[in-house]
Amino acid sequence: MLELRGLRKSFGESEAVKGVDLKVREGEFFSLLGPSGCGKTTILRMLGGFEKPSAGEIILEGRRIDQLPPHERQFNTVFQRYALFPHLSVFENVAFGLRMRGIKGAEVETRSLEALNLVQMAEHRGRSTNTLSGGQQQRVALARALVNRPKVLLLDEPLSALDEKLRGQMKGELLSLQRKLKMTFIFVTHDQEEALTLSDRVAVMNQGIVEQVGTPQEIYEYPRSIFVANFIGASNTIFGDVSQNSENEIQVSQTSKKNFHIRPSRDGLRPLPIVQNGARVKIMIRPEKMKILKSHPSNDQNFVEGTIEEILYRGPHTQFHIAPKDGLGSGTSNLSVMQANSAITAKKPFALGEKVFVAWLSEDCVLMGDEGALPLPEEIQLQKTAS
Amino acid sequence: MNQEVESEKKLPPSYSLPGLFWILLFLVAPLLIVVFCSFLKRAPTGGLIYEFTIENYLRALDPIFLTILFESFQLALLTAFSCLLLGYPVAYVLATLKKPWRTVMMILLVIPFWTNLVVRTFAIRQMIGDQGPINHFLLDMGWVDEPIHFLNSFGAVYVGMVMNYLPFMVLPLYVTLEKFDFTLFEAARDLGASSLNIIRRVLLPLTKPGMITGFIFVFTPALGEFLIPDLLGGSKTMLIGNLISHQFLKVRDWPFGSALSLLLMVVVIVSLVIVQRTWKNGPRSSLG
Repeated sequence: MLELRGLRKSFGESEAVKGVDLKVREGEFFSLLGPSGCGKTTILRMLGGFEKPSAGEIILEGRRIDQLPPHERQFNTVFQRYALFPHLSVFENVAFGLRMRGIKGAEVETRSLEALNLVQMAEHRGRSTNTLSGGQQQRVALARALVNRPKVLLLDEPLSALDEKLRGQMKGELLSLQRKLKMTFIFVTHDQEEALTLSDRVAVMNQGIVEQVGTPQEIYEYPRSIFVANFIGASNTIFGDVSQNSENEIQVSQTSKKNFHIRPSRDGLRPLPIVQNGARVKIMIRPEKMKILKSHPSNDQNFVEGTIEEILYRGPHTQFHIAPKDGLGSGTSNLSVMQANSAITAKKPFALGEKVFVAWLSEDCVLMGDEGALPLPEEIQLQKTAS
Repeated sequence: MNQEVESEKKLPPSYSLPGLFWILLFLVAPLLIVVFCSFLKRAPTGGLIYEFTIENYLRALDPIFLTILFESFQLALLTAFSCLLLGYPVAYVLATLKKPWRTVMMILLVIPFWTNLVVRTFAIRQMIGDQGPINHFLLDMGWVDEPIHFLNSFGAVYVGMVMNYLPFMVLPLYVTLEKFDFTLFEAARDLGASSLNIIRRVLLPLTKPGMITGFIFVFTPALGEFLIPDLLGGSKTMLIGNLISHQFLKVRDWPFGSALSLLLMVVVIVSLVIVQRTWKNGPRSSLG
């Protein structure tokens, strides 16, 4: 439905967006996620028509729109700080877009009220916008953007100005609104949790390029670059060399005695990549997928021996920092392990300085090359057919 | 949040006493003297006779003086609107300039204040005088055969007034525009507003406070101005300010001067009330 082709944008010397290709499906909640300065807002501004691309095309339903002025695009934007008109009432803010399109009379009223009803703000229609709370302003901004019935709604970090609790509430409302309207939402955020909970698909961006596009699960469970693995959630990294390589299992060794095994995940999300024997690799494991044991696990399991250096109680779970006895193959970082708090963990609590074993399943590892992601079998196949 | 703001250090009322004293001594007291004076009679030698009369006011309402008042009013209004028209774009450009340039332009704007008003007005006199650079240029180019007499005319006074009061308009406008949230432009464009509509429905309504302040800053002193008309208008231009200063300094008719002053004050107050009323509740469609 909406397609970005080779989109680029430079500001003077610096290039903010360095060639982005994306396809957004109709009715999809699509997020652009990345750290500040990654180019996500620039893309949104190009979509909205506030910046002209330096190169590339934006195509909406087969029609090129990147040179059109904002009001000819059937896109509307919810701005980061809402940008509500302070001199107009709630109702007039929402009606603004209709009036500017030459709609008059009773239709202005019915459509504005309809939009205000969508966000449960109809009863506040006479109020001045600066007497509203943050969440209410957010809702008015949404209604104002929706009143023109855009094909795509652009949202520029709309939740960042809200406090924690309101943000959670607004997340739910945003999601139910999108499901109800079946409208395409493009949502820019730097908050990985927002992106994961809300989106149908996420594009993770870094330094002007898209690192990975996928469902929240794909992004989290199988990051395809070191940046994605580290930006979304935390990861423990263990270094080693590939020592055995079969269809169902890859063995990575640190020393002749210390071996780790990697298997494809059972849900099929994470197949084994193609890698040569002897290649230097990184094994990445999420903290919540590791387990701390008091007794020595059997030698065919993946495990590391270490000492508990820090225990951080965090409510739903406890975070442990564990210094590995033999190091992790490179660097000096500690392992981070999360354990859900329950009666089971409370029964045998761990103590600072305690010698423990950290174990994990071979299906829970992500294998990464030394320089970046490793190719997947299907990708190799694609390349072959292409050439 | 609100509680924090409220509990923020509130100064005890007594702190306002020195300022209050100053205002009482040098503003309220003289004003009362003027009011008192306006109901007295003038002695033939120029002194005061302490006898009650409303004669001064009746005289002030004479058509001759009312005409002068009306002309002064017109000029002040014209000056204020001209300053608004000329000053708004300047303030807008200033407010949207990047940091180092903004400071430079700001200094350029304020530099005239470092020179005395009399000196500045004399400079204009030189500029537009019969022997001035403008006439020299026109003569040299052969466009005119003899110098144009710009000086001692209503036009010269008007130019001088706008020149002098322009910064008083630009500064309050700049303050409002500097705080202006320019993402509102994008929001308006996003919703389909044309450039004209953005100016009319977003920029102007939101910068109205600055326009009102600027208007008052220019209009009020311009209505009582007597130095600029004196220096640039010659004997042909008599404004209410000149008339009043004449009564005090030359004719030595203090009671009549006081009455004229109070009449002027009433005009100013009434005008300001009208400005506030009409501009604050300007055309704004509101529903619901």
